This record gives sequence, structure tokens and C-alpha cells, in this order.
Amino acid sequence: MSVAVAPRRRRSPLARGARELVAAAPFILPSVGLFAVFVFYPLVRSVWLGFHATDPFGRHEVWVGIDQFQDVLTSPDFRYSLFVTGQFALYTVVPATAIGLCLALLAHQRLPGIVIFRTIFSSTVASSVAVSSVMWLLLLNPGVGVLNYILDQGGLPTASWLTDPTWALPAVAMTTVWMNVGFATIVILAGLQNIPEELYEAARVDGAGGRDQFLHVTLPGLSPTLLFVSVVGVIFAFQSFGQINILTQGGPLDSTNVIVYSIYREAFLHYNVGLASAQAVVLFVIVLLLTFVQFVIASRWVFYR
Amino acid sequence: MRQRTAPQRAARIAATLPRYALLLAAATVILFPLYMTVVDSLQPLEKLLQFPPDFWPRAPRWENYRLAMTDIQMPRYLLNSLIMATVITAGQVVTSSLAAYAFAFKRFPLSSAIFFVFLSTMMVPWEVSLIPNFQTIQRLDWLDTYQGLTVPFLATAFGTFLLRQHFLTLPRELKDAADIDGYGDLRFLLFVVVPLSRAALATLAVFSFLQAWNQYLWPLLITNEPEMRTVQIGIAALQSEEVQQTNVVLAGTIVALIPMLVLVAVFQRFLVRGLTAGAVKG
Repeated sequence: MSVAVAPRRRRSPLARGARELVAAAPFILPSVGLFAVFVFYPLVRSVWLGFHATDPFGRHEVWVGIDQFQDVLTSPDFRYSLFVTGQFALYTVVPATAIGLCLALLAHQRLPGIVIFRTIFSSTVASSVAVSSVMWLLLLNPGVGVLNYILDQGGLPTASWLTDPTWALPAVAMTTVWMNVGFATIVILAGLQNIPEELYEAARVDGAGGRDQFLHVTLPGLSPTLLFVSVVGVIFAFQSFGQINILTQGGPLDSTNVIVYSIYREAFLHYNVGLASAQAVVLFVIVLLLTFVQFVIASRWVFYR
Repeated sequence: MRQRTAPQRAARIAATLPRYALLLAAATVILFPLYMTVVDSLQPLEKLLQFPPDFWPRAPRWENYRLAMTDIQMPRYLLNSLIMATVITAGQVVTSSLAAYAFAFKRFPLSSAIFFVFLSTMMVPWEVSLIPNFQTIQRLDWLDTYQGLTVPFLATAFGTFLLRQHFLTLPRELKDAADIDGYGDLRFLLFVVVPLSRAALATLAVFSFLQAWNQYLWPLLITNEPEMRTVQIGIAALQSEEVQQTNVVLAGTIVALIPMLVLVAVFQRFLVRGLTAGAVKG
């Protein structure tokens, strides 16, 4: 085509691309600019800070190479914080997903007035981390809290929930499960509604009972949803901060010092910005791996229609 | 309608009773923490310190709610949260509509690469960029300002993705017709695309507002002056500062929760669509 005699207005593909890019720029630049300043620059800067030590006032950044990363990865405190976060993920994700599944199954029935129950079951999604924590702080109060009262009435042992190193993490997890159950229920209910009715009809024709239908139609049909809810739950757990800050401040004896709380404490209470940044980078890698694991599991194990 | 005999109808109703019993039991457990907080928010302080606790307020003290609005700066906190959440929501709707429009309707080089860059921002947890972002806001002298509370959140990859998916379902012919009529991009977006995408835009708006209103970590870091506290920071701080008024603080907590409960109940449909956007493949 280049041999053709030049028409009145000929543009090279390059010029055309440039023109298109200029035309699209006003639409994408606001977002690109904000992402550049508040997502990508901070990411690079966090890595950079991770390689630099700072004085207690956050000044005088000195290159220390991978020292801080080594410190972080070998420090018993940080390892313990990782362990606590993993435990926290386990304590929150398994119950929230299981309860969400039960509530979604209940709310999936066709009954008059079921919409009211759907609204109630998903209502905790409205509750912020601060609201939930302030609410549970009183429920968990060892002296006058209602939880210990109920346990006591049921003849069960009570606990000093937030001040006992054994019970602090489960207590914070309980608060978190309550908070996250609304989200889990909403997503799982939507997953249930996506399973085509014909599959159940076919199963009934084949003589499958309620249990068989659940095991061979509902569960496989829900597997992508359950995976999504669990992985998002684990990522939530790795990002948890508010409930820790309000309920326990990482204590007692660091038993609730999850990774984000540890970063916060290091950076904003101890002004150890370099070390905190190294921890943040480690957190980033973990969340990235979790997201990656989700993709791998999803493509291999999960039953997609 | 098929006519049923009275005994048949009675048997049907009887069969649904256990299901309702289960539903009610589950609803009770879920609502119990909220119920107890409402009860405690209506008690005089000495009732909060007694054991065993009351399960209903014998003499509801509505005074607590009045005090929450007069004694502890709740109106100011609520106003700050309202301003912050409104600005973030409006900003996210505008920036993601614009970007989604470009990705759905305009052809330009590297568009899929740029879209991928957008999506990749979803993989960076906010907590990772916390320290540099705090430094940026500090350097801009934006601590204790509405800019500091809102500007970092004005763009959203999730919103762009959500809207782009919707825009792609609109018929291409619309764009051709608009081109023939000499509509510019902005006019086409405003007068054709936006009216056809009300549901998707509402989904994004509900989702953004809820998230913004409920934020905790960022406002905690960048607000120091009590006048700039959002309602979340306010109630969390008062809970430890005002031990002598725990009942009033609980009333404030309920006041902070109610707008979101209403939002979630009224816009449930849209919220569900937003929350499940990531869960459903394709």
C-alpha cells in the first residue's frame, strides 16, 4: 500500500495511533494519574524504603541493602506475627464461609417473607469495622458482657476474652466472623441462584434425594463461589487492622499482633519506617501469592459450568 | 389458582413451620449483637455495669441519643463522613465512567495493556502503600483536610471494570448512530451511555459510598484534630475517651450504623451485583 500515490491526506499507522491515544487520553488520564501517585509510586517507594534504614524521626535514609528484609524474615516477632495472621485467617474464613453457606441455604428457600430474612442475613455487611468492634467490646466484657452471661447460664466456662492470650485472637475472630458473614451470605446466595433449576430436575429424575442433590449438584455448582469467598476472606484477614486496634492493640503478649497491625505499630508508633516498609513488601508478596493461588486452584480444581 | 381444602392448606402451613423456626433462630443469632447494643444504648450508665445484664431496657433513656448529638460532636463526625463519602463516590463514578468509556468505545494503541495495568492495581492492598501515601499527604500538607481523606480514593479499578463490562453489552449501533449525528464522545457518554447504565452506575455508587463511609485505617492516620474525625474514628476514639458515657457512645454507634443499614436494605439489589462481580466468571 505504500507504493500507492499519496492520496490527499495520508497518515502513517503511527500517526494514527498517536492521534487515537491523544483522543483517549482525557478519558483515562484522571484514573491513570491517581493510580500512578497513590498505587504505583507507593509500591516502588515501599520497596525503596525497605532497602533504607531511617532514624526515629523518619529522616536520614541510609542504604542498607537487603538487611531489613533479612531482619524481617528472620525476626521471631515478625514470624510470630505471620503465624498469628495465619491463625486469624483460619479462625475467620472457615466459620464465616460455613455459616454463610448455612444462611444462604436457609435464605434460598421459596417461602413468603423470605426477602426479610435475606435482608437480615446480609445486614452485617452494613456494619463497619469500628461499629462492629465497639459493639463487641461490650458483649465480650468479662465482667458485665452478655457473652459470659450466656455461657454461664449454659453451664459453660467463661473467659476474659480480650485480656487472656489464649482467647484474645478467637474473640477478635468472632467479631470478624460476625462482620463478614453478611458478605459471605450475599455472595453464596447469588451463587446458589446461579445453579440452573434443570440440574436439580435432572437429578430428581435420576432418583437423587435431598442429600445427593446437595452433594452432587449444589456443592459442585457452588465450588467457584466458595473458593472466591474463602480466598477473599484470607485476603481480608491479611489486611485486618481496625478490630485489632480497637479491641486489643495487638496484645496481650502479641497474641493478636497481625501483620498490618505490626506494620502500623512499627511505622506510626515506633517511627521505624524502613522496617515497616520491608514488612509491607512482604505483605504485598503474600497477597499476590494468594491471588495467584486462587487463579491456579480455580483453573484446575473448581467446577465451572 | 387451584382450590385447596382447609385441611390441605393447614398441612401445607404446618410443613413450613419448622423452616420458619430455623429462619427465625438464625435471624435472632445474627441480630443479637445489634439488638444488645440498641438495648445498652437506651440504658442509664449504672445498668451497663450490672451483672446479669438486662435483655431489654426497662425504662428506655432516649436522652442518650439526644446527648450523642449534643454532647459528643456526633453531628460534626457525621458531616465529615458524609462529605468524605459523597466526594469519593462522585469522584469514583466520574473517573471510572470516563475510563470505562475509553476502554469500551474507543480504539487506541495499547488499550488492552493499559486496561491490564488498571486491573493490576486491584492486587495492591491499600495497607502496602500506606506509608508512602501518608508521606505524600504529609508533604502536600493535606493532613486533617478533606483532600487528604478523599483524593487518594478518587479512582477505582474495580469500578472501571464493572462499568466497562456493562458498557460492552450496549449495542455498537448506538455509537455508529451517534457518530453520524455528530455527537462528540462526551455528549454520547452523558446523554446515551449514562442513561442506559443507571443500574451499573448505582451499583458502583452504593458500593463506593458504603466502603468510604466505613473506612477506618486511613482516616485514623491522617486526622488528628477532633473536628476532622470521621464518624468511625469518632466512635472508636470516644469509646476509650468517654468511659463515663459508654451508653451515649453506643447511641452514637447506632447512629453511625443506621444510614448504612438503610442503604444496604434499600439498595440490596445493586449491592449484591457489586459484591458478586468478582465471583461470577466471565
